[in-house]
Amino acid sequence: MASTPQTTDAHTTAQGEMDLLRFATAGSVDDGKSTLIGRLLLDSKSIFEDQLEAVESTSQSKGYDYTDLALLTDGLRSEREQGITIDVAYRYFATPTRKFIIADTPGHIQYTRNMVTGASTADLGLVLVDARQGLTEQSRRHAVLLSLLRVPHLVLAINKMDLVDWSQEVYEKIHREFTTFATKLNIPDLEVIPISALQGDNVVNRSENTPWYSGPTLMHHLEHVHVASDRDLVDTRFPVQYVIRPKSDQYHDFRGYAGQVAGGVLKKGDEVVVLPSGMTSTISKVELFDTEIAEAFPPMSVTIHLEDDVDVSRGDMIARPKNAPKPSQDIDAMICWMTTEPLKPRQKLAIKHTTRMGRAMVKDIQYRLDVNSLHRDQEAGELALNEIGRVQLRTTVPLLCDPYSKNRTTGSFILIDEATGVTVGAGMINSAS
Amino acid sequence: MTNTHVDYQLSQLDQLEAESIHIFREVAAEFEKPVLMFSGGKDSIVMLRLAEKAFFPAKLPFPLLQVDTGLDFDEVLSTRDSWVERLGARLVVASVEDAIKAGHVVDDGKTSRNRQQIGALLNAIEENGFTAAFGGGRRDEEKARAKERVYSHRDDFGQWDPKMQRPELWSLYNGRIHAGEHMRIFPLSNWTELDIWHYIHREQIEIPSIYFAHEREVVERDGMLLSIGPEIQPKGGETVEKKMVRFRTVGDRTQTGCVESVATDTAAIIDEIAIARVTERGATRGDDRFSEAAMEDRKKEGYF
Repeated sequence: MASTPQTTDAHTTAQGEMDLLRFATAGSVDDGKSTLIGRLLLDSKSIFEDQLEAVESTSQSKGYDYTDLALLTDGLRSEREQGITIDVAYRYFATPTRKFIIADTPGHIQYTRNMVTGASTADLGLVLVDARQGLTEQSRRHAVLLSLLRVPHLVLAINKMDLVDWSQEVYEKIHREFTTFATKLNIPDLEVIPISALQGDNVVNRSENTPWYSGPTLMHHLEHVHVASDRDLVDTRFPVQYVIRPKSDQYHDFRGYAGQVAGGVLKKGDEVVVLPSGMTSTISKVELFDTEIAEAFPPMSVTIHLEDDVDVSRGDMIARPKNAPKPSQDIDAMICWMTTEPLKPRQKLAIKHTTRMGRAMVKDIQYRLDVNSLHRDQEAGELALNEIGRVQLRTTVPLLCDPYSKNRTTGSFILIDEATGVTVGAGMINSAS
Repeated sequence: MTNTHVDYQLSQLDQLEAESIHIFREVAAEFEKPVLMFSGGKDSIVMLRLAEKAFFPAKLPFPLLQVDTGLDFDEVLSTRDSWVERLGARLVVASVEDAIKAGHVVDDGKTSRNRQQIGALLNAIEENGFTAAFGGGRRDEEKARAKERVYSHRDDFGQWDPKMQRPELWSLYNGRIHAGEHMRIFPLSNWTELDIWHYIHREQIEIPSIYFAHEREVVERDGMLLSIGPEIQPKGGETVEKKMVRFRTVGDRTQTGCVESVATDTAAIIDEIAIARVTERGATRGDDRFSEAAMEDRKKEGYF
């Protein structure tokens, strides 16, 4: 026997109506990143008794003086054995106003690809530094990567403030140093917060040890940072993902174009152009499942109907006649290379951009970017694992793309090794022609 | 028409829904032969609901695959049948019993049915030539799952190699596989247990009645409440009690415990979970209890 649930009560709708913040954390093994995440989970009451008990007993058996909160997040056995984080892990917690998805990324140099992966979907980047060490090469590199991936909000958390006697001087020195460095980057929003992840100061609760600090606690900032306006609601971009044709008697003439809105607002009556064909039509209906809706905007997954019977298939894009990307086969992009065999000129790869697959050839590697000094090495000639460089590609199919700085969905692509099937590169488009 | 969003804000539940629908459509477009692994549990029912939304008004462009342990709760099987009928979906059943008879799975009398499912599942995937299998796994369930990709590559032997995972960026999923390999797809990766319940509540989704509090004869064993039935009988010193209980997960009935509860509808369950202090697996799944790395081991072998 099956039961049908009963109807909605006011108090149970809160979880559904709260909004979402995705953030990526970066820091070295010793910066206390895992401890900080453990602290956020613990203080927001997202850790369960059995999880805490398991961690407490492991800490005891290892002879630690305190509960090692890092053990909460180090998931794979080899990581627990080595005491390091080796892959992107996703964590979830919620407060009464927001749900949070953390992409917890490792900080070591050899794992740049994981950091790029975690940052690709993040609204906010959290960089940890050890107050005793100040800015390191690694923290600079993390800031560079977050800026390159166009993560719009950045938090620099100066951790282990308890070990520098809560010195305002130390805080301000690191703050100044970072602000100077950040002028070379693209960081629209920066917050610098003095914390102790181990003791919890300024994480959820305001610390009495930092009377000189008037900014928000980390949790308060995460709860209130405004992310809704980071989306592009102006430039209509709808990559067609799937054509729904029921071929049933009831829906004989149904022809819907399904996809996730990548930019702008789509509504009934809008004049649209279908790319790459250039055919124009008008939106006759926007649907979400079985319901007609007034407007669709990012990141909604909807079904669009057009008035005319134009030829539309997966990989096409619906845009506005006076605001549409130009189909381009010559792509200039920053590429993060993610495999041991280096990327070389003339190399051929599969490329996936929005819902479009094609092949790409490397025409030129213009320079390699040193993510520590921002120096551009024009003699590089190739990109090794975890290196980032500016590359010119020629594609077999035209891409319907925008600069990454304008749209993170239509401005990004991945490169796939055709022999192994592995994702080997991540690309952010500068320009296309 | 509904849903006029003057502020263009999408709630987190709507964002999760949009992401999952995107994943379903991407897989249906790119894979030759996908299948949805359907256990009859709440997570796989939520998956089914999202798939229904993704392709409406067309029927699902893939069948459902159920691994029948022979130890499933009747309530779960009847809910399954009702969903299959309403959606007009095709159901493929892979039976553990049959797999044992055919020699694909060894029954040594010690291995739990949950673990034996691995063999039956991999065998069904291979025999039917499925290239992608949707699973209801969520990253909040367990530490090893927290690192799994939405598209999780399985080799010829159906194994997961956590150190060789493909990077997964933006919403650009890479579905390339070689012959003999397949991809596990987890459209609910970013959902939490509470999200699942809120969605069931909001969408008024039909789920098996054993998720709701009911009176049942149980025995306490190893700190878990097990339901009295053909396989579970009181051992020496154990007493059978009648209690108001509900199930938080619905696996093999010899391994799945229930919890004391008075929650008879989804709103009450949400309240109960919001203050629950023990994870759903820790509370009621005997098969995850053997070691801290139990789930990682089963996943490497090809578990859901």
